[in-house]
Amino acid sequence: MTDATAVLDAATKTKHKVKKSSMFKGRDRTVFTLMVVVPTTLHVLLVWVPTIASIFLSFTDWNGIRFSEMGLVGFENYWQIFTVFEKDFFQALLNNAMLLVFLFVGPTVFGMGLAYLLDKNIRGSRVYQSAFYTPVVLSLAVVGFMWQSVIYSTENGLATEIFGGGEAVDWIGNQEFIFSFAINGGEYGLSKNFLAILVAIAWRHTGYIMVLYLAGLKSVDNSLREAASLDGANEWQAFRRVIFPTLKPINVVIAVITVIEALRAFDIIFVLNKPRKTEVLSILTTNNLLGEGGGNVGRGSAYAAILFLLCLGFVIWYVTNHYKGSQEGAES
Amino acid sequence: MTVVDDAPTMNADEASASFEQNKQPIRPARVLLYIFLTVTALVWLVPIIGAIYASFRPFSETVSEGYFSVPNTLTLDNYKNAWEQGDILKKYWNTFLILVPALTLTLFFSSMVAFAASRYSWKFNISLLVLFTAGNLLPQQIIIQPLFQMYNRVPLPEFLSNSGRLNGSTWGLILIHVAFQSGFCTFVLSNYMKLLPKSLNEAARVDGAGVWTLYWQIIMPLTRPALAALATLEFTWIYNDFFWAVVLEQQGADRPITSSLANLGGEFFTDDNLIAAASMYVAAPTLIVYFALQKHFIAGLTLGADKG
Repeated sequence: MTDATAVLDAATKTKHKVKKSSMFKGRDRTVFTLMVVVPTTLHVLLVWVPTIASIFLSFTDWNGIRFSEMGLVGFENYWQIFTVFEKDFFQALLNNAMLLVFLFVGPTVFGMGLAYLLDKNIRGSRVYQSAFYTPVVLSLAVVGFMWQSVIYSTENGLATEIFGGGEAVDWIGNQEFIFSFAINGGEYGLSKNFLAILVAIAWRHTGYIMVLYLAGLKSVDNSLREAASLDGANEWQAFRRVIFPTLKPINVVIAVITVIEALRAFDIIFVLNKPRKTEVLSILTTNNLLGEGGGNVGRGSAYAAILFLLCLGFVIWYVTNHYKGSQEGAES
Repeated sequence: MTVVDDAPTMNADEASASFEQNKQPIRPARVLLYIFLTVTALVWLVPIIGAIYASFRPFSETVSEGYFSVPNTLTLDNYKNAWEQGDILKKYWNTFLILVPALTLTLFFSSMVAFAASRYSWKFNISLLVLFTAGNLLPQQIIIQPLFQMYNRVPLPEFLSNSGRLNGSTWGLILIHVAFQSGFCTFVLSNYMKLLPKSLNEAARVDGAGVWTLYWQIIMPLTRPALAALATLEFTWIYNDFFWAVVLEQQGADRPITSSLANLGGEFFTDDNLIAAASMYVAAPTLIVYFALQKHFIAGLTLGADKG
């Protein structure tokens, strides 16, 4: 059975079998094939082929110039990352991890709280929502510039005026660690300039979370809340035991968004990463293409492959979760 | 609801009849809630309002008086200078040339795949959706090395690309936007189309309508709310793209507006208020679209989240 007849067969599959051959005529078959093949080819060619190629290239010493100069070097690039460039690498990994944790305990919790409060029949709720949501439509690069010029300006930024006590504060230049630990002679930790970037990211991320939770809360049945309050549950108990569990689908989406955002973070760090210590993995990958290490395709790809490995688990988990049961379900 | 809220007397039945009325005894908490929300919302707007305010003042005045000061001078000079020095009009045009085809093609392509995979059940329809959904979740930096090398090796005639290659051309950026964004759009549109009545396929077949007619004249019009929501969202995302253009369009003059920010802070932009004005140029289109099409915007985000 060819694919086209499989399509036809499935398309007409009802309780009583319909005659197959008359449904998908020659033209329909061509149209259907084109509708699937053209977009899929583009997507596979520019997204999946490069993904696989990244993994392959991470095992080579290619300089990006001639294919004939490419040699297989096994795990050499990874070995170098873990031994020669380990200070950059582990700090970047730690920054990604701190960003992830921060996004969960900061914007996610706060955004959820705002959504919960705004769901309480607030007059002018739309106005408040707009205020929190406006930063979300800005690109993180613009956010970086806005915060750099207005909030974090060394001499006369708003943050300097409020917290500086009359002194100039180098918010995005200060690489001092707030806390740190030493492993193998390297010192790793949360630098002051990375925290400044985290705060700017949180400003943008909170509204995103708020909107998603607001949508979720709208779908919570009011009788659930009433039942909880009749049972004498206080607000916190009602939220934790009754409302939060019903938000599970939204929680899953937010978990995925947050993990992916934390691994993808690039723009604002690229813009503000002037004196270093704020690198994340995406920056290291790209530095091997643009910056100091330009032309080192092998090592850049090894960073990319590590990034891929880190997000692979979440991608598989989410996709299987979402399409579980679709095979039988989709029947029309 | 507000009428009932203000009514001073009510019996026990009424009081428990609605959650809202139960809130009656803790009125002060309600006031606190409004105060909290108002203060937080105002704090939230500080960076944007601060940028707007600063952009209208000469930098020298901000330096001498500080941010919290009554303005002596309000001027459009920063906007004028940023416009000229940043070549903003050209950058808007660069963005336009990428955004319009990329947005149209993304919605067109992903609606076709979503249609084929959600309206018909065949051997690979779920696998196809898995492919697009997973593709949408990958960080862009994973694919950038090979993509850059690939783009470098695709020749384009001179009149299509200044660089003579796909790398550094508008076409390259359009293609990667379409390829990458169609992941998310296919995911959202297939979720939406799946919920349209199955009988539509049957009815079209009985009427002798072909696949294309079913797609273009029946399913697409019914998918309009999702398409409007996605168009709004994708406008912002493609407009806001920084990464693709920074790597694949390395000639500063040809960059779209958002990524031309990467050139800021250098030789041209010497003061913070000028940067604030330049940021406002970049931010303005997305802010306008957001306030004009707020409903669609929020719908787009929650459509993606609905079917978790």
